Amino acid sequence: MNAVSKPSEIDVSCRLPLLVLFISGAIWLVIGSVFALLASLTFHKPDLFSNSFTFTYGHLVAVRTTAFLYGAGIQLGLATTIWLFCRLGRTLLVQRILVTVGAAVWNLGVTVGVIGILVGDATGFDGLDMPGYAALIAFLGYLVVAIFAVLTLHERREPALYVSQWFLLAALFWFPWIFATANLSLVVFPVRGVTQAIIAWWFSANLQIVWFGLVGLGAIFYFVPKLTNRQLNSHYLALFTFWTLILFASWIGVPNSAPVPSWVPALSTVGSVLTLIPVITFALNLHATVEGKYSILTANLVSKFVLVGTFAFVVASVLNTIGSLFQVSQITDLTWFVPAKAQLNSYGFFAMVMFGAAYYIVPQLFGTEFPAPKLIKAHFWLATIGIVLIVLPLAAGGIVQGQLLNNPSNAFLSVTKTALMFLRLSTLGDLLIFLGHLAFAFNVIGLVRQYYAARAAELIAAATAEIGPSGAKA
Amino acid sequence: MNYGPLIFLGAFFALSGSWFGFVLKPQLQVGQLQQTNSVPDGALYPLGRSGMAKQGLDVYRANGCASCHSQQVRQTGKVAEVRVTEIVTNIAAVLKAIAPFKPNISEKELTNSLPLTVLRSEEKVQCDVLAKTFVAAGAKAEVWIVPVGPDISRGWGKRRTIAEDFLYDSPVMLGSQRIGPDLANVGSRWPDANWHLRHLYAPAHEVNGSPMPPYRFMFEKRRIERAPSPDALVLTGDLAPERGYEIVPKPAARALAAYLTSLHANEPLFETPLTLPPPPPPATNAPTVGETNAPAK
Repeated sequence: MNAVSKPSEIDVSCRLPLLVLFISGAIWLVIGSVFALLASLTFHKPDLFSNSFTFTYGHLVAVRTTAFLYGAGIQLGLATTIWLFCRLGRTLLVQRILVTVGAAVWNLGVTVGVIGILVGDATGFDGLDMPGYAALIAFLGYLVVAIFAVLTLHERREPALYVSQWFLLAALFWFPWIFATANLSLVVFPVRGVTQAIIAWWFSANLQIVWFGLVGLGAIFYFVPKLTNRQLNSHYLALFTFWTLILFASWIGVPNSAPVPSWVPALSTVGSVLTLIPVITFALNLHATVEGKYSILTANLVSKFVLVGTFAFVVASVLNTIGSLFQVSQITDLTWFVPAKAQLNSYGFFAMVMFGAAYYIVPQLFGTEFPAPKLIKAHFWLATIGIVLIVLPLAAGGIVQGQLLNNPSNAFLSVTKTALMFLRLSTLGDLLIFLGHLAFAFNVIGLVRQYYAARAAELIAAATAEIGPSGAKA
Repeated sequence: MNYGPLIFLGAFFALSGSWFGFVLKPQLQVGQLQQTNSVPDGALYPLGRSGMAKQGLDVYRANGCASCHSQQVRQTGKVAEVRVTEIVTNIAAVLKAIAPFKPNISEKELTNSLPLTVLRSEEKVQCDVLAKTFVAAGAKAEVWIVPVGPDISRGWGKRRTIAEDFLYDSPVMLGSQRIGPDLANVGSRWPDANWHLRHLYAPAHEVNGSPMPPYRFMFEKRRIERAPSPDALVLTGDLAPERGYEIVPKPAARALAAYLTSLHANEPLFETPLTLPPPPPPATNAPTVGETNAPAK
């Protein structure tokens, strides 16, 4: 058996594939937030794109979602997974070139998908908007990355598994199953009737709640003890969180209003309520780990991202549970409350944790610092205030909208207009998040550029030194 | 210890649980649905959409209409109603029978307000009994089943939408938000395809203050050659094109309008009983078929 690898060797082995994943993730974030802004602007000026099939509101929203979930979310998640597998297993990444190729194929798939949506090939299912041909490309890319990530885990030199590895391994396996099921039964061989809608909701929740949950919590379970320099309070409680999360959260998704057999939304509600168990055990475990050391977490920028993400996870999960209760859903279903809670989960929780991970991992890969550390701080505040400015108005607007709509004497148009006032407020949040993504992309791309510029300069210096006259020393 | 296989199997079983529940089971239940009969008419339901409307469904998908429009009417319950439709013989006796429910109604008010809903109750039996008393007193009375709920009061549908309504649609786009109104029954509310075309061209013009974006790219402005096109939109005011030009819907717009006018989900079915009003009597005095005095052939 080979000796354990040193962290610096590990980082060098991960450098190329992670560079591709992080940089393209950052670029997709910028693309996604540009489309989010354009979509939001449609409400300020409805005839903005009235002559363009390419930029109808439906396309803008679908591209935003796709760029965000598949372009950014999954790539940043995979990057974090690979790095944690290597570091925790004290081993080098297996087949780094093939992993890089896999990442490139994934990006090709998402790019084809976005173009497909813009030319009118979207599937019509929210969260699974990419047309089938693009999904196939992306799927192959994912498989390549995931297979070598699993092999890397298998090659580990540290036999004991840490909880993060449990979460991340399950996630690696989760996505291909749900993605293949959804694409096969909705796009390739469409099933009949509302079964389609049930499967689409099932997929969407399994991606945004279970997959994001597994990867996000896996990362939090690594970074929080690491940054506070403490042992995780309870290994077994964390495993309990793992089992309950995959058992219960995989049933979330079908809203009560849906025209489907009523046992389906009823089971979803049960799943949502039971998902409070992993959420509460996770929060307790983490609190017991950090207790008395919160000042360390708030002093460090990486952990600030993770901390906000953790907080958002708890709030988003509680909102999700409350929103799934029948009486509440009578008000909140089919309103702006739905995207509010989804964005709090996927952005406030998952993306924030991934930002923390990226700011921690990327400098280590290259052994240098970010070119603009102040921009990290700026990104933190832009992202935090941005997500609050999106979620609060939309959630409040959704509740107001739902209550007004439930009284039929309120004209629909006047209710819509009331709700749109809240939406216009959230445009500001979209703008801040966009600026934050620019800062993130600038730092990640800038760091890589700086590193290679320095290396090129070194190489040139070495080359020119050799051909200089050997005895001409001053 | 190597927990890798355990994690794999655990995730496998957890996910297969929800896969069986939310993929396989609905497919076995809803995926096997067949056409059914409406109650009490026995008409086949649902009927497939016309070819044009099917193309329109594709336009609906390609443009992402479901980002703003839901197609799910909700219902909070249903009630039975007793309606007195006609006084046949003894108005005084009818007044007396109605008195417990409408104490201060006069003879004249009663005749003017027919058909009059006397009672709404969640107990259909109670309504049946009451209807019999009215009939005994000398009136014609009917018991109606009426679904209730904010969506239904809004006129978005006569009953809740159910799985059956989407049997022949693919993809099924139920929508998750009501940025615009629910469309499950838009074909009953706005049966005129030309209205939909004008609305797609200029939403705010048809529905004052509508924040819906116009879909102008689905229309073509062209010079009138010999005669104006019969398909050209009838536009007035500042929307009208300059003289000698006309606005004609492209095939996508016509298909979408056909789809929208085909959206009706209000057939009374076993799961969603309701009483529909009888078809209105023919407007002319001409005898209907089969009712003439002409000798049968």
